Amino acid sequence: MAGEDKLVKLKIDNVYKEYQGRNGKMVALNGVNLDIKENEFICVVGPSGCGKSTLLNIIAGLLEPTSGAVYLDGKQIEGTGVERGVVFQQYALFPWRTVLNNVMFGLEMKKTPKEEAKEIAMKYIESVGLKGFENAYPKELSGGMKQRVAIARAYAADPEVLLLDEPFGALDAQTRVQLQTELLNTWEKEKKTCFFITHDVDEAIILAQRVIIMSARPGRIKRIVDIDIPYPRTQETKSDEQFLKLKAEIWNEVYQEFLEVRK
Amino acid sequence: MNEKKKKIVINDRVWLLISLCVALLLWYLLSLGKSTGRSFPFIEKVVPSVKTMIDRGAFGKDIGSSLFCVGAGFGLGFITALPVAFLMAWYQPVQKIIEPWINFIRNIPALGYAPLLVIIFGVGQKPAIILIWICSFMTMSITIYQGIKNIDVTLIKAARVLGANDFDIFLKIICPATVPFIITAVRLGLSAALTTLLAAESTGAQNGIGMRIRSLANSFDSAPMLMYIILLGIIGLILVKAVDIIERKLTGWQEKIN
Repeated sequence: MAGEDKLVKLKIDNVYKEYQGRNGKMVALNGVNLDIKENEFICVVGPSGCGKSTLLNIIAGLLEPTSGAVYLDGKQIEGTGVERGVVFQQYALFPWRTVLNNVMFGLEMKKTPKEEAKEIAMKYIESVGLKGFENAYPKELSGGMKQRVAIARAYAADPEVLLLDEPFGALDAQTRVQLQTELLNTWEKEKKTCFFITHDVDEAIILAQRVIIMSARPGRIKRIVDIDIPYPRTQETKSDEQFLKLKAEIWNEVYQEFLEVRK
Repeated sequence: MNEKKKKIVINDRVWLLISLCVALLLWYLLSLGKSTGRSFPFIEKVVPSVKTMIDRGAFGKDIGSSLFCVGAGFGLGFITALPVAFLMAWYQPVQKIIEPWINFIRNIPALGYAPLLVIIFGVGQKPAIILIWICSFMTMSITIYQGIKNIDVTLIKAARVLGANDFDIFLKIICPATVPFIITAVRLGLSAALTTLLAAESTGAQNGIGMRIRSLANSFDSAPMLMYIILLGIIGLILVKAVDIIERKLTGWQEKIN
């Protein structure tokens, strides 16, 4: 048991998902199998329409697979659960709640005593660098700040697995780089299992221990690339030879899939 | 030296005053005309007419009766529109059956079917209240329903993954997210209630602003009539202001496009 290999945290077992479209059945995921270890950082890349968001929604419990199953610690998941937190691309902050009350939402649902909840929430607001903004409403924040609040909110609910659906997709390049660094720092501190979807190959390599490349129509895992660049990684890592080699390799695979979709 | 032209900043209150003066001037000009003067007698005739109406004992009764009809009709409309809107949003069959009829009746002028209500309920305040109820209900139920339908589903998903159950989602997501639409509905509902007032009081009301305007019109008594018309406008303005204050209190969090 206490070997080198970490335990399998999340097991995606032959997940198949089809939608009833206007032109008949559309297969979104065609038999996806993946074992994700505890504390692992996984990035999923692939062209749009490859079913990566569908996969994330199934793991989150927001969608049900047509067949197959997802296991968390060996137990089949059913519906949503607080042990699986989600960060959405569109931030999904509650506009009528202040930053503090947004971050406290998960704790409120858990019936954590108010004082304690506030303390925990403040800790995460500080960790995403938003101290002093706890009483601001989302409308007063920039896109990057909103996503920081969403990340703090997900962390405050103390999930075991963090699912991130292109969280930095709507941000400008500088903010994105900054948030990547922050996310890595938090991950190294908190060591949660992360399942991160992106279409940005640079982002995938800088963050992940393993990059999953998905193919489209129907969505399935095409290749898994191990990223053995040691942490802590910084933006300078992006000019490493190893990084560039991996980037060329992954980019090539993704681009082929992109062309496939265009056909 | 500052070469730039100094921009004169005028206070909003001053603008209001200027606007009032312009209106008074226009009114005065209208009162001078031979035919327009008959419809628009100037202040010196209109203001004393308030006293005449008070002396006749009609003034207070008219305002009281009209406010009661608008209040009761709008109140009933609001209480009924809220659950119906939620039911329509929740259960598609309810929406499919009700919505086309609401849209159908909404476009018929209330004056058209007011007599039907008189046949059922007789004359007096009862049919008036019911007519206002129907009109404000239709406007508000549709507005609130569309609001609920437009709630961002990612907010519901976000709440769910943070551990919210159905009840939490209703209370902590759907309800606050619907508040801005409820306020809009109240605004439209009040406006519908006021504009229906005249039709409502055509149902043989004893008192009321609308009823009085009609009866004064029959005797070409334009000074008090104009006074009553202005009164309707003032009541409308006060209600709009009240809704504005409530809105600022409840939905300050909302993003506004300016």
